[in-house]
Amino acid sequence: MTASSSRLPPVTEVLASSQDGAATGFVLAQLDAMGREGPILWVQDRLSMQEGGLPCLQGVAEVLGRQVPLLHVAAKDAAQALWAMEEGLECAALSAVIGEVWGAPRALDFTATKRLSLRAARSGVPLWLLRTDAAPGLSVAPDRWRLASAPSAAHPLDAEAPGRAFWRAELFRSRRARPGAWVACHDRAAHCLDLAAPLRDGPVGEGADRPGPDRALGGG
Amino acid sequence: MARWERGRTAPAPTAPWEEAESGLDADAPVVLAAEGRHGPVIHAVSEAAARAGASVGARVVDARAIAPELVVQPADLPGDAAALTRLAHWARRWCPWSATDGADGLVLDTTGAAHLWGGEAAMLADMEARLAALGQAARLAAAHTHGAAWALARHGDPREIGTSDALRARLAMLPVAALRLDGQTRLTLRRLGLKRVGDLMALPRAALDRRFGRDGTALATPLRRLDQALGHLPEPVVSPPPPHRFRTVQRLPEPVMDPQPWLAGLFQTLCADLVRQGHGAREIRLELYRIDGQASLFQAVTARATRDAGHLHRLLERRFESLDAGFGFDTLALEATRTEAQTGAQAALDGSDGAEVALATLIDRLTGRVGAAVRSPDPRASHLPERAERWSPARAVPVARPFSGPAAEGRGSVPVAGDDASRRRQPGFAAPPLPVGPVPAGSRPPDARGPHPAPRAPAEGPRLAVVAAAGKDSARRDPSSAAGAGGPGRARPMQAPSDRLAPGGLGGGGLVAPARARPLRLLRAPERIEVLYAVPEGPPIRFRWRRRPFLIRRHQGPERISPEWWQAPATARLRDYYKVEVADGARYWLFREGVAGDGRGGAPDWFLHGLFA
Repeated sequence: MTASSSRLPPVTEVLASSQDGAATGFVLAQLDAMGREGPILWVQDRLSMQEGGLPCLQGVAEVLGRQVPLLHVAAKDAAQALWAMEEGLECAALSAVIGEVWGAPRALDFTATKRLSLRAARSGVPLWLLRTDAAPGLSVAPDRWRLASAPSAAHPLDAEAPGRAFWRAELFRSRRARPGAWVACHDRAAHCLDLAAPLRDGPVGEGADRPGPDRALGGG
Repeated sequence: MARWERGRTAPAPTAPWEEAESGLDADAPVVLAAEGRHGPVIHAVSEAAARAGASVGARVVDARAIAPELVVQPADLPGDAAALTRLAHWARRWCPWSATDGADGLVLDTTGAAHLWGGEAAMLADMEARLAALGQAARLAAAHTHGAAWALARHGDPREIGTSDALRARLAMLPVAALRLDGQTRLTLRRLGLKRVGDLMALPRAALDRRFGRDGTALATPLRRLDQALGHLPEPVVSPPPPHRFRTVQRLPEPVMDPQPWLAGLFQTLCADLVRQGHGAREIRLELYRIDGQASLFQAVTARATRDAGHLHRLLERRFESLDAGFGFDTLALEATRTEAQTGAQAALDGSDGAEVALATLIDRLTGRVGAAVRSPDPRASHLPERAERWSPARAVPVARPFSGPAAEGRGSVPVAGDDASRRRQPGFAAPPLPVGPVPAGSRPPDARGPHPAPRAPAEGPRLAVVAAAGKDSARRDPSSAAGAGGPGRARPMQAPSDRLAPGGLGGGGLVAPARARPLRLLRAPERIEVLYAVPEGPPIRFRWRRRPFLIRRHQGPERISPEWWQAPATARLRDYYKVEVADGARYWLFREGVAGDGRGGAPDWFLHGLFA
């Protein structure tokens, strides 16, 4: 199943740890699925910048396969970040809005997500709400994902090096599809997201020193 | 009676900007050449060039035959004229009526204004000082008529003031060239043996009129000029109107506590004015004058020239929350303090504006609330990850460009040397991916905007006087140059990395090091971590970050990045970057700063710098 084949909802919520780049890669891997042109508005509140850093232009360009202009808003708190997201969602010239909010601030409640969802639906600009280090609260987002890194594929040239990045993507709440858990990876050549059923056992031929996905899940 | 004041501007031989722009020293024999009928003609000369034998009006080839070491630069006559016009407007600080006079002079009607400056002598001294502060050497004179002031400024004593009773006698002593005559007339007068103005005065008027006014069309006959200088003929000065000021003022009959109902009309009036003049506002200022003499000031800047009243109004709307009305406002003034020429743009068929307009509007709104925190990263040629992108205030960003290959492709492993200042000027997303090689100092990208005066040299004559005004004024007034990097950046398509087979690479003409991946996120500052690693230069095995232990399963590296020696201090240490994957799968970017025994500190430190997907 590829995510790009289906129409993306206006708001998608992704929960992840702030010390993990998986969610960022997961979001960027699906950015072009709507085929929109224009810059990306990237809104971060202060804590998410402090915990997870800022987007790196070169890395983003590598994932997207081209230079996409970034418009970055460093909001001082979640309320300001939500306001900036709402303003951005009014502007149809943007290709996407990525909003990062750390934790569970009071401003980000059900009403706030409803406002965001209505604006996104009106202008057609997709919103990716990246919530780091947060418990899943109430939200109107049709799709809600929980992301974590998984051990990467083997590097074709260097056995010691990490290869293509895999993520454990869990769709824990969805109005459009049945929830489930997958191992996701980004197909850079086709620029789409590949979702595969997770392996129950480790890859064949791997020694005991490499934990399988299940062990890694418990190890955190 | 009108008092005419006339200044002739002449260059300061050692003005600082000349050296900065031309790169020539003040002693260089520089001449400025303009196109003449038979090839280039010298328009202005520097002191050294004058000593070498060059003179104004001579042909460049002749001057070069005399002095082969002459440095010839092209003259910028339209630029000079524009700068002189600006200087004429600036000179209205002394009196309200001023105009340019020829290619190298200004004329000011100081009637009734001199006493404000403490008399004519004090005013002339003030003018000289202020012009000198601008880098202009000026010759000044004041007299009752335009013609007399012209003559005294060029042929009289410094800061001479002509009095009405002695004017006739003073003019009689001056050469006939002081009468603003053309070359042919001067030649004729010289052949007739008439060298002084007094010689002309002694002749009967009828004879002069017959000799020089025969065709009846010439305005600059000696007789007419003499009458104008003596005040027998009027000679009005046409003063150009000042630059249009986009300002609307609303005076209210009664003070109001809430000025907002009046603002919509104020914005409409301003925008209608902008439309009439074909301009768009880049910066607006709203002044609210309270009845007790206090004033509140609100300013907003826009990312792009606009004359949309609703948009401009919204930019200021949020500021009124903290407005202190006191006893009420009685005067509201709205001014566009910075404008740009803006032609009409056609809206799309559905009535919406283009993507660029929508984007600029969004940036304005965000900047109005969040301030300088709205930024966008520009790629820059640097190997240090934190320097490879420059965060600059957001502007109307160009639409996406096709991107050829990953950004890291074609990245060599040699730090790029070059003049950082020249690269900083590259606007927008224009920077080519990476290796550029040394950039010659002073080189500009082909798409650099704004007026770029040709290299100037210290020279003598009107030419440089005007340059001074151009240099200073354009920096202050010209909105397009002031916008500079702030304007909408024009993007060049990314250059395809063609130097993958770089000469002198690995094994002589071999492959440059393969492309290195860059993380998706960079921490704001690298965070120090405790690392267990194989000394002295082995890979990391486990590390502790934010009080959490991580066991490294796989690693890739090191990628060694040297400090940029041309700007880092000598004690900066190199970095060995590793991409590591920890036990639960997260991928990080670590680096070891320095190697043991490099003489730049003790044991190397480890840092975590970025997060991979």
